Amino acid sequence: MLILECPYCGIMADETELTPGGEAHLKRATVGSTDDAFESYLFDRKNPKGVHFERWRHSAGCGKWFHAARSTTTLEVYGTYAAQVSEPPKELVAKIKKKCPGWEGWQ
Amino acid sequence: MSTRLESLGRLIDRSQPMTFTFNGRSFKGYAGDTLASALLGADQMMLGRSFKYHRPRGAVASGAEEPNALVGLGQGGRFEPDQRATTTEIFPGLVAKSQNHWPSLEYDIGAVNSLFARFLPAGFYYKTFMAPPAAWKTVFEPFIRQSAGLGAVPEEPDADRYEHLYHHADVAVVGGGVAGLAAAKAAAATGVKVLLLEQSAHWGGRAPVDGGEIDGMAAEDWVSASVAELEAAPNVTMRLRMQGFGVYDHGYLIAHERVGDHAPGEAAPRHRLWRIRAGRIVTATGALERPLAFAGNDVPGVMLASAMRDYLVNWGVAIGRRVVVVTNNDDAYRTALAFKSAGLDVAAVLDARASVISPLAQAAREAGISVLEGRGIGAVKGRNRVSGVLAVRQQGDGGAGEEIACDAVAMSGGWSPVVHLWSHCGGKLLWDEADAMFRPDPARAPSGADGAGFVLTAGSASGALTLAGGLADAHAAGKAAGRAMGGKASRKAAPKAGAEASQPIAPVWIMPEGAGPAKRAKMWLDFQNDVKVSDVQLAAREGYQSVEHTKRYTTLGMATDQGKLSNINGLAVLSQALSQPIPATGTTTFRPPYTPVSFGAIAGEAAGELFQPVRQTPIHAWHEAHHAHWEPVGHWRRPYAYLRGTETPADAVTREVVNTRENVGLLDASTLGKIVVKGPDAGRFLDMLYTGMMSTLPVGKCRYGLMCNENGFLIDDGVVARLDDDTWLCHTTTGGADRIHAHMEEWLQTEWWDWRVYTANLTEQYAQIAVVGPKARAVLEALGGMDVSREALPFMTWAEGELGGFPVRLFRISFSGELSYEIAVPASMGQALWDRLWQAGQTRGIMPYGTETLHVLRAEKGFIMIGDETDGTVIPQDLGLNWAISKKKDDYLGKRAQSRSFMASEDRWRLVGLETLDGSVIPDGAYVVAEGRNANGQRNMQGRVTSTYYSPTLKRGIAMGLVAHGPERMGEVVTIPTIGGPAIKAKIVDPVFYDKEGAKQDV
Repeated sequence: MLILECPYCGIMADETELTPGGEAHLKRATVGSTDDAFESYLFDRKNPKGVHFERWRHSAGCGKWFHAARSTTTLEVYGTYAAQVSEPPKELVAKIKKKCPGWEGWQ
Repeated sequence: MSTRLESLGRLIDRSQPMTFTFNGRSFKGYAGDTLASALLGADQMMLGRSFKYHRPRGAVASGAEEPNALVGLGQGGRFEPDQRATTTEIFPGLVAKSQNHWPSLEYDIGAVNSLFARFLPAGFYYKTFMAPPAAWKTVFEPFIRQSAGLGAVPEEPDADRYEHLYHHADVAVVGGGVAGLAAAKAAAATGVKVLLLEQSAHWGGRAPVDGGEIDGMAAEDWVSASVAELEAAPNVTMRLRMQGFGVYDHGYLIAHERVGDHAPGEAAPRHRLWRIRAGRIVTATGALERPLAFAGNDVPGVMLASAMRDYLVNWGVAIGRRVVVVTNNDDAYRTALAFKSAGLDVAAVLDARASVISPLAQAAREAGISVLEGRGIGAVKGRNRVSGVLAVRQQGDGGAGEEIACDAVAMSGGWSPVVHLWSHCGGKLLWDEADAMFRPDPARAPSGADGAGFVLTAGSASGALTLAGGLADAHAAGKAAGRAMGGKASRKAAPKAGAEASQPIAPVWIMPEGAGPAKRAKMWLDFQNDVKVSDVQLAAREGYQSVEHTKRYTTLGMATDQGKLSNINGLAVLSQALSQPIPATGTTTFRPPYTPVSFGAIAGEAAGELFQPVRQTPIHAWHEAHHAHWEPVGHWRRPYAYLRGTETPADAVTREVVNTRENVGLLDASTLGKIVVKGPDAGRFLDMLYTGMMSTLPVGKCRYGLMCNENGFLIDDGVVARLDDDTWLCHTTTGGADRIHAHMEEWLQTEWWDWRVYTANLTEQYAQIAVVGPKARAVLEALGGMDVSREALPFMTWAEGELGGFPVRLFRISFSGELSYEIAVPASMGQALWDRLWQAGQTRGIMPYGTETLHVLRAEKGFIMIGDETDGTVIPQDLGLNWAISKKKDDYLGKRAQSRSFMASEDRWRLVGLETLDGSVIPDGAYVVAEGRNANGQRNMQGRVTSTYYSPTLKRGIAMGLVAHGPERMGEVVTIPTIGGPAIKAKIVDPVFYDKEGAKQDV
């Protein structure tokens, strides 16, 4: 039962208020993409042991989608941020790098 | 002889006697008694029979860890099986009965299982029931059904009520013994918000029984002073009778409060489930004493030494008049000394250690107790209760020894910290060689949202087994938890207790260590599931090495007590059998709940009508008054059909279909999803969402649309109306409204967030009524107001206006193939409009119709239904809906996926109509078979039936289905097998059975 801070409401939201949405920052492949690229967009996920960027919706709250950076092993939450970005905030990436020296980065 | 003494009994109030019944007999106890203490005080040693061998069993413990003394409590709607007598507080009129025996506790037929024990070894159900196969149904299954299960199932609905409660705390302390009190005081002193909970009805835990001084006071007085101090603190909440039973991610703690168990009735909820969020959780859960594994250690009268001491000191109950104490550590001497000072006889202390010089042993010797070193028990005499023991050398084989007469045996195999809550969320353990126990490894705590450990342990739960050590540890834990939560520095000193000199424990896992097979088959590890030393050793010989596998094979630790007493002993025996150190074997996984939790508490208020609230349309009451046969559709209730007189639902559907085709029908379509999409980029957005073109839809017109997901599969359909220049109204399926609204928001917020579009789900703001049939226009004209002629309002248009005085939005859309109007009004006017239409239709043969008629009408027309023709693997092209896919658009959700090779394949199953040759109705879910068989010997398939009905219009069965190359095989006859009947022959036909030209809806 995770708690994540909704960056819109500013409240600490219980997991029961949230709906998970899988890996964040996927780049949409569409008409014109190769079969491999499109298949990868549909099905390939990082599923990392460690730092993970994921999508959540505050479905029983404000209804907004947001992103969370979280460790899948320790459950540490590095931060949450609005979904209207195509990459995580630089400060957050720097913070995670500092905490997890061996981390390969979000891409 | 187990008796109530004149003295002792710190928890009972002798001025308040009360009577209760056990197995129909009346017993007397006192306020403060548990069911176990009251029964033991009346010499009722035997409290139940074991699960597998039906051996006579008495209480072996005094608390939540009790495996044997399970009873059925209460009667009727308040009956509950498998309740531990040791944690049940008595009240006047309590009714309890023992379990697992027939016809009575004393004379039990099932005890014959004991004689066949060698046929019921570890994993017997994998071995015994193998062959012959026919014996399964006739012999094995009836036998298992007869013997399986513990206790009896309640026969009446639960008469009690339950509730959930939410709580937030900076620090939650689980356990109200002296360690919990010390931790709570230290945390509270930092100023943070503290919650302290205790499973029993009393604060202080074991310390008042074990004795000792804290801060110069008797332990009991220190407990009282500490409780008073915490009660006075404004930042501390305290709860008794509350078990913190599970720790989950990010400081989520669940606790079970037994509010009304000790005073049943209507006044209060019986149980409360507390859902607690805590910044830090301090587990001051104490330690559990381990039994010793000697032959006959399950005979009533053999009890944990600490439990025997509890019964004596807390409830004034002497389990025996002449006791033998058997131990491998110092603590059991406290029991010997307590019995001696109560004027009872201690026959001997058998200490497995070769030489005992500890101060406690010396004190026992000085009190005149005989201490026999290097000894253990070779056998227990007596069947229904202890009559003596055979004292043998621990290092021998138990062959020869000295018989000692006694009526009770107090055993102690050492102590195991209660690490359950620590471990629930991933806290790791380490093996403490000196104290022969697993204890929490503080360096590997479960981590929380901030990356730091959020569970801390306190006192003996940390492995600090002495009073002084435990208090210091608990104080440090409470302080650290408070500081981690932003509490201020506190100068409060840790409580002090005198240091105790002790002699180390000598681990003893089998007693005596050279015991032969006959003895090992009588050494119980798991009392509740009847698992013995011999069973675990057999599992090891048969190749079981993992402790998790051995647990499941032998059922060790799988009973309702979850192995609280058996776990460590079992894995130690397994380690010995595998010749490996205990840490190499490891423990099984600790999972919540720590103790059983009532289903009522888990459900809370979500029972009966509150389990899943029903969504009702504004016209619901009318449907009910007109004999609606209800159908659940999502959370909605919709009329399936309206029954008249003695009609069956099928009769009613036939009547409604015919009447709608011939006269006029009325349908409550309010459940239909209605989502408004608005904004300068709304058209562009809808073009991405629908396969068709919505941006070009003129204002005032309607268009049928299909929605796919990114995988290309059809997820919803409905009619879209353009309300004005930048506003569209999207109708969705009844079940799809919330899902499709969420789907729109997801794409808007996470992909096209710079598009200026707003969505609003207005499903419940409008009532929508469909007036359907050749006389529909006449009904509307009778209401007066808007021009509803074909010229003013042609098919697939909409208009806003006034109809019979109601402000309406009128849609000329049809899901039946008939002349049809759908009228939307504000929800509050839904019933009034329905009534007016109903009145106006009386002279025109109007009838309401339900969802089944809607289905039949649409199937006759070959219209698809989301969820029937689609199942998440169907694309629009499969359904012949290419006409609803725009060729002009560069992109829409699903477009790229629909060009993947498998999606574009000619071999996909595609929609056709199926007409049975004999006119019968094909069963739901039937398949169309092909020639030959597949690699698994199953019939090859070439299609499946998606919708099948009796058509009252055509007076024959009609169906739709997806068939390989279907549209190219018109006229071909295919075979559809049925279950238990002859195969059906059906002809592939066009899916539109009625009015193929669509003339009737466009009039």
